[in-house]
Amino acid sequence: MFIKFLIAAVFAGTPLLFGTVGEIMNEKAGHLNLGVEGMMAMGACAGFMAGFFSNSIYIALLAAFLAGMLGALIYAVLTITFMANQNVTGLTLSIFGVGISNFAGEFMLVNSASNSLKLPEQITAQISNINIPGISTIPVLGPLLFQYNIFVYLGVVIAVTCGIYYSRTKTGLNVRAIGENPGAADAAGIKVTKLKYINVLIGGGICGIGGAYCSMIINGGVWMNNPVNGQGWIAVALVIFASWKPLRAIFGSFIFGAFNILKYYFPKTIFTIPNAFYDMLPFAITALVLVVTSIRKSKENQQPASCGVNYFREER
Amino acid sequence: MNNRSHTPFIRTVKISERSSNDILKIRIAAFVLALTAGGLFILLLGFNPLKLYGTIISGAFRSKMAFQATVKFMIPLLMSSLGVSIAFKMRFWNIGAEGQIIVGAVCASYFALFHDNWPHFLLLIVMFAAGAIGGGLWGLIPAYFKSKYDTNETLFTLMLNYIALHIITYLRDGPWKDPGSSGFPKIARFTANAQIDKVLGVHFGWIIALILVVIVFIYLKYTKHGYEISVVGESKSTARYAGMDVKKIILRTMIISGGICGITGMIQAAGSDMTLASSVAGGVGFTAIIVSWLAYLNPFGILLVSFLFSILDKGSSVMQSTYGLSTYFASVLQGIILFFILGCEFFIRYKFVLTKKGGK
Amino acid sequence: MLKTIDNYAIELKGITKSFGKVIANEDVNLGIKYGEILALLGENGSGKTTLMNILSGIYYADEGTIFIDGNEVFITNPHEAIKLGIGMIHQHFKLVEVFSAMDNIVLGTKGRYVKNSALKEKILEMSNKFGLEIEPDKKVYNMSVSEKQTIEIMKVLYRGAKILILDEPTSVLTPQETEKLFVILRRMKEQGNAIIIITHKLHEVLAISDRVAILRKGKVVDTVNTRETNEKQLTELMVGRPISLEIKRPETSRKKTVLKVVDLSVVNEDGTIGLNNINFKLKSGEILGVAGVAGSGQRELCETIAGLMHPKTGAVLYNKENIIGKTPDEIINLGISMSFVPEDRLGMGLVGSMDMIDNMLLKSYKKNKGFIIDKKPSKQLAEELVDKLSITTPNVETPVRMLSGGNVQKVLLGREIESEPNVLITAYPVRGLDINSSYIIYDLLNEQKKKNVAILFIGEDLDVLLELSDRIMVLCHGELMGLVDAKNTTKEEVGLMMAGRKMEGVDSDE
Repeated sequence: MFIKFLIAAVFAGTPLLFGTVGEIMNEKAGHLNLGVEGMMAMGACAGFMAGFFSNSIYIALLAAFLAGMLGALIYAVLTITFMANQNVTGLTLSIFGVGISNFAGEFMLVNSASNSLKLPEQITAQISNINIPGISTIPVLGPLLFQYNIFVYLGVVIAVTCGIYYSRTKTGLNVRAIGENPGAADAAGIKVTKLKYINVLIGGGICGIGGAYCSMIINGGVWMNNPVNGQGWIAVALVIFASWKPLRAIFGSFIFGAFNILKYYFPKTIFTIPNAFYDMLPFAITALVLVVTSIRKSKENQQPASCGVNYFREER
Repeated sequence: MNNRSHTPFIRTVKISERSSNDILKIRIAAFVLALTAGGLFILLLGFNPLKLYGTIISGAFRSKMAFQATVKFMIPLLMSSLGVSIAFKMRFWNIGAEGQIIVGAVCASYFALFHDNWPHFLLLIVMFAAGAIGGGLWGLIPAYFKSKYDTNETLFTLMLNYIALHIITYLRDGPWKDPGSSGFPKIARFTANAQIDKVLGVHFGWIIALILVVIVFIYLKYTKHGYEISVVGESKSTARYAGMDVKKIILRTMIISGGICGITGMIQAAGSDMTLASSVAGGVGFTAIIVSWLAYLNPFGILLVSFLFSILDKGSSVMQSTYGLSTYFASVLQGIILFFILGCEFFIRYKFVLTKKGGK
Repeated sequence: MLKTIDNYAIELKGITKSFGKVIANEDVNLGIKYGEILALLGENGSGKTTLMNILSGIYYADEGTIFIDGNEVFITNPHEAIKLGIGMIHQHFKLVEVFSAMDNIVLGTKGRYVKNSALKEKILEMSNKFGLEIEPDKKVYNMSVSEKQTIEIMKVLYRGAKILILDEPTSVLTPQETEKLFVILRRMKEQGNAIIIITHKLHEVLAISDRVAILRKGKVVDTVNTRETNEKQLTELMVGRPISLEIKRPETSRKKTVLKVVDLSVVNEDGTIGLNNINFKLKSGEILGVAGVAGSGQRELCETIAGLMHPKTGAVLYNKENIIGKTPDEIINLGISMSFVPEDRLGMGLVGSMDMIDNMLLKSYKKNKGFIIDKKPSKQLAEELVDKLSITTPNVETPVRMLSGGNVQKVLLGREIESEPNVLITAYPVRGLDINSSYIIYDLLNEQKKKNVAILFIGEDLDVLLELSDRIMVLCHGELMGLVDAKNTTKEEVGLMMAGRKMEGVDSDE
């Protein structure tokens, strides 16, 4: 039973993982992007529709990635080149992204044959659980680690790659410098604008894939309105919980995923905890983490120092 | 050492100070450009932009009822924007208006639901106070941690929004569940005694909102508190050195900011919804941030901008019936317009400069 | 591609740069050879830093040409400057606090991976070559100012810089650290590098440079061989007229102790020691100078006396009454005024976006009863100050950040003096000011001194302190190293104390 819970937690946490890692990429480059919900929504719609028409998961993933990237592009152009306020732009992106995703979704729904959209067979098969031959039959560890779907594995791979990128590579170091002190990065000869764009866009694309998970898996392959349903905002919280480290985001997302489904697994024998409490838990815990990290003031676990501030070189 | 061959490029250059005439021209141009971009989107969908815009405007004004609905929509937006702007003036990024509205509504609703036998105006005053206190306390929490530990307020207030939302869910499904509700749980409708009276067809929240515009304007511009807020907003260390108690100012200002949002919640619950629902804020707390920012934190500007937003929103709800366009259309249009206005702000403080070879 | 005749490492021809209406550099012609140290001398605001920022790619010139090794180049961003072998060591360090020394050094350089031993080796090799001491894994936020500067130097050397530009490198160093730096610079010169040092300190120019280029109001006034010039000539070239650099030190009598600091110990919020057991007396009609490297406890001293910080132990007696525990407001009302000019020159005393009137209000807005602010007395005060101190401003309603540096600080000090304090504590009042404005400030302080005000003067320039103060106290790491009579001490003696050598038999004042 406990194993089932853990597995369900992993599934529940997967969209969060994408959203979180995508947002980490934004914030590491100095951009607090409150548009995660919007980027995920755009990916959700694009991914689902592409999957519906092409019947291929690969095309769906690509579409989701590009859609998320498109949302990020709007944010990037406005905040990097036009130096608009990051909070307001991000919020607008959330409103816009969710709006256009649902708008397009409803449009397709109304114009569909049976007034409903369900993913066709081939792609459904492609996104169902993959049993990795050999190891997936090991007792306990098998189902726990090796019987997930493509999204889960992709998510972990992306997170690990990002983690290595930021902690081991030169480019990652340069990006981190941009987020901490863009003036220093600039003076060191780093191409600040270019790297910002790259990180924000790729981050947005990753969010888009997370959105595709929401629309394609959570509702059993049927398009439903508002697929992301606030998970983008949880992802913003998760970034803090994970101390801006992609590897920690993996565990953080699964923990938050666990919170999401805890209400279904918690033994109701002794006392019943109201559902709202479970739903509240991720946010309350994140708020706690926020407070604790700011009390401890550990320099190593803070938000990148220059996150949220636009950079302009010719300061006089 | 080799010399790099060199292509012309564009750089961003800061402009020292623009005249207010210029600034106004740029803003108007931005607005027009934004509407045009929105119009293009409408065109893409196969509709006539001018007709559509016309429908939006008429949708907001076409009848007494329509206008009243527009005003009804505007009240919470206007009030929460005012609340948020006070915090923003202090550079305290209060993203938690949504939560403060909700908590204010919850506190006010307590009295509406369980003390509805009190005399009408007394009840309303108590509910009003409860809303203010509830919202004020919800704003106090992040302010306390910010002033003491420099906890990031953007993220903290965001979290508090969600916690507040789930408080309503808990109350709705549990202690405050209406026994008469079948199927989906909900909270009971307020009795007439607990509802806000109407003046000119709309609950008198609109009078409170307008009064608030003036009060906030005077507060920020002419009072000592307002002066302190401006100084703290610009530089905490300067405020300290001037002998100001920065912690106290942060706490006080956030109590007021949250308090105004809390009042908004009370007004929405008792004037518009006539009950406590999880949709009491309905995203207006987030829109308030955008409105506030667009209006440069000026109360009269906020009045204007929230009015425009309300027209767009109310007018857009007509879209569904007239053109078969889903309600999400409004969000998309709003987003496009906002993106353009955000982009055009750039030209007030900066400009692009093309350089020819070698900068000679 | 144009070529020039002499073997200059760098040649600048006709460089012009403006920021809005302000012309920072005008038609600048300059040449630097390999194996020489050129000093770029000029007072604050003369355009030195702007010129070097153009060389290092941070700014882009409006007009003019740059030649490196005789070839015309276009330096459009720091990246290209680095490729051309130009390395700039900024006055305000451009380091990432949370990174280690090594990370900061390799930042932005080629290569795929960050942590490897080959890197460490190269860094150690370079540090040995030039005599620079660094710990590769130490985090910047744990470093001293001098260590941070060493990292900055290593940064440019690691990238193969042959042309080094140092912007006011000694402003944060003790005299001893400055000597160490000069030794390093001479070694680099011998290795064939071209070195430009931007400074406004004359004795440094004479100590280290081969040639001097003097900038005044954005133009190069002259370029001379250091051997052939002297302080007087340089000053004249810098300021534009013969000027006596002597600061007056009027004598006053009837000095009585106004402020007595007893066993004062202060701990900062982050747990570090701010002040440790400080004892001294401040007398009326005197200027007590406070010398010390930045971060030696000056800020803590100012803030504690002003009531902004609470000490762990000790007392501050003002006319025999202990003011510890009083609010900043009460202390201001007692006649103790404190002003602190931070690095950005606006942050602690003035609000940049507000005009003079609103800035005058900062210390007096609570005076009238009621909720509404009364701006009339402040407006009057502002207009008086503009007159009295010849402050250049379009009107009193112009935002203060639009005023030039000297005028900003005049506003600040003027406001403090207007309150007619008995004790005037002023920290870095001439920071970033040109010579003329600085002397106006010194005159203002002397005026107050003659009125029997007790003045505590914290400054960065040791020479000024030695000339202006009656007595000097030296702080280092929060401890009082010594208290001397300015007339009888030497720069070396003070320098030693600044670096940490305590004077014998000094634990308190008299």
